[in-house]
Amino acid sequence: MKFLKLLSTIDRRIIYLAVGLVVIIPLVLKIKMPIRVSREVETAYETIENLPPGSVVLISIDYDATSAPELTPMFRSVLRHCFRKDLKVLYTGQLAIGLPLAQYDLDMVTKEMNAVYGVDYVNLGYRPGGVAVMLGMGREIRDFFATDYKEVPIDSFPMMRTIHNYNDIAVIVSLAHGLSAEYWLQYVVSRFGIRMFAGVTGVVAPALYPYLQAGQLTGIIGGLQGAAEYETLVGKAETGTFGMPAQSFAHLMILFFIILGNVGYFVLRRRQ
Amino acid sequence: MNLIGTWIAVGLTIAIFSFLYRDNPLYKFAEHLYVGVSAGYWVIYVWAFDVKPMLIDEFLRQTGFEKWILVIPAIFGVMMIMRWISKISWISRWPISFTVGMAAGLGITAAVQGFIIPQIQGTLLPLVSIGASPGQTFSQSLNNICIFVGVVSVILFFYFSIEHKGAVKIGSKVGIVFLMVGFGASFGYTVMARISLLIGRLSFLLNVVGIR
Amino acid sequence: MKRDVPIIITFVTGVVCVVTFFIPHAPFGGLQQRFLIWYAIVAGFAMVLGLDSLVKYNLKKIRQRKSGWLYSFVLLFGLALILVTGFQSWIQYRTPFEVKSSFMYTYIHMIVPLQATMFALLAFFIASAAYRAFRAKTLEATLLLVAAALVMIGRIPLGKMLWDGFPLISDWILNVPQLAAKRGIQIGMYLGLVAMSLRIILGIERTYLS
Repeated sequence: MKFLKLLSTIDRRIIYLAVGLVVIIPLVLKIKMPIRVSREVETAYETIENLPPGSVVLISIDYDATSAPELTPMFRSVLRHCFRKDLKVLYTGQLAIGLPLAQYDLDMVTKEMNAVYGVDYVNLGYRPGGVAVMLGMGREIRDFFATDYKEVPIDSFPMMRTIHNYNDIAVIVSLAHGLSAEYWLQYVVSRFGIRMFAGVTGVVAPALYPYLQAGQLTGIIGGLQGAAEYETLVGKAETGTFGMPAQSFAHLMILFFIILGNVGYFVLRRRQ
Repeated sequence: MNLIGTWIAVGLTIAIFSFLYRDNPLYKFAEHLYVGVSAGYWVIYVWAFDVKPMLIDEFLRQTGFEKWILVIPAIFGVMMIMRWISKISWISRWPISFTVGMAAGLGITAAVQGFIIPQIQGTLLPLVSIGASPGQTFSQSLNNICIFVGVVSVILFFYFSIEHKGAVKIGSKVGIVFLMVGFGASFGYTVMARISLLIGRLSFLLNVVGIR
Repeated sequence: MKRDVPIIITFVTGVVCVVTFFIPHAPFGGLQQRFLIWYAIVAGFAMVLGLDSLVKYNLKKIRQRKSGWLYSFVLLFGLALILVTGFQSWIQYRTPFEVKSSFMYTYIHMIVPLQATMFALLAFFIASAAYRAFRAKTLEATLLLVAAALVMIGRIPLGKMLWDGFPLISDWILNVPQLAAKRGIQIGMYLGLVAMSLRIILGIERTYLS
């Protein structure tokens, strides 16, 4: 009876310790696990894979440090994929506090892939206004982004000479931790008919499945698992893939605690 | 300098994690620092990406009508800040009305064209969908029926203009089943998201210590 | 002046936005574009509104030596640090977001770890809350629990290693019943949003003026 009561009243700090250990140990041991690719990530990958060289991809960084562990690996993989396919990348964002963070990843990948600023990619920076900026870019990008993030006029870049609005952009990729992906879908995709896929956190991902089924989205990269799947397709394992063993054991640990709590509760209730 | 910065980051990370044991001065220090630096960050951003490029630089660059029309949003911006002075805070209603009107007007068309119509189209699926094999036909048809029944029953659950009895009650109960499955799936995904954030932070700490 | 002019402004801007959707050509298209730019500028000013109440409250706390007043010093120190490094970096590099700048240094080594760790705590809390509160007391709760468990197992590599069916079941749950539920909720939500937007534009809903 005492044991059963203990089962349903474990101190929260023991739970915290268990969760911490179950995440740290696989990271330290560098366990590897095969990654299965889901249909929604595969279709996202195919969206980029099927683009002809020279097509323009607009990547919108709509996340910050609170979601970076999930979205940074996606961003890096998508960037690598774009540069490998000789695509042009326009980089902007709807969340001011996230852009400088992603700048580090942008610099790292562009260096690795030998991408040239102004020729292969341009960083437009951020403008406040959210949907106003999204809609305004449909008419003319320069109305909001006359200069890049370092105040250099964008017309001085060779890549930007033929890019004026969404007619000149092939795909939008929104990497979002909030509602930004839905705003892109509702305000831009529906109005301008441009293709889009989204890389989102696990919290946001379920809400985007209706858009995927309705054909408004061409794919979803959901959470760290989604990032690991995209890394597998691109062929470069990174933090997404390396984090999946820890993720797996943590999930099982949480399920174990839920079952434990329920067992203790029901047996105690029956005894009483 | 990078080493000092890294150890500042480690210290702040451990200070926040110390809350797991119990609330303590170290956590409170980190928490208040977080609020302060975040607030300051927005001020810098507004200056660097809003006021300077879109107002000041544009005003200096443009000529004639395009130059002087920018006075209007500048005045609106200053009126917005009048909210700080309680006696004349009513002035801020003008720019607020502007932003609210814009959001409302844009929201109507986005909601209808961007969500309601495509999603209703996505729900009106063939209830018998012929696939490449009998198995596929059965599974596709079942899925389509499930989606249709699910969407209708969930909307019925939230329809409070009529009493939930008879067929409406049955439909509403079916809606609850779909809602519970939906919330369960969301919870599962949310757990994944939260654990991923922890993996990110612990990876950083292990990296610094040289274990990863 | 205090109420009538704002209501007229709301009506005009709302109507322009709706009309421009159907008539994107001049003069409406250009007018909407101009309004969008103004919206972006005004939104920027709105972002600093919260700063006033934050600073006033903490200064008052320090003046009156209320409980925890030393932490208010920490808060104001953090604010001042970012402002000083931000403007110094802007003067030195013409942008605060130069990688070598002092502003980016404080961003990477203070803001990022603080933000990230605050949210990393949630992993522990979700585990503890799930253990304490997640009870299969009713049929509905059991359904929720089973769906959550299947998605949690199906979405991880270990799930497929344990049984091939887990990822398939998880995919089905996400692409069929979960999709239906979310769609139903969101259709209702957006219909409500359309109704509320119309009320705001027509001046029936005026709570935003208080």
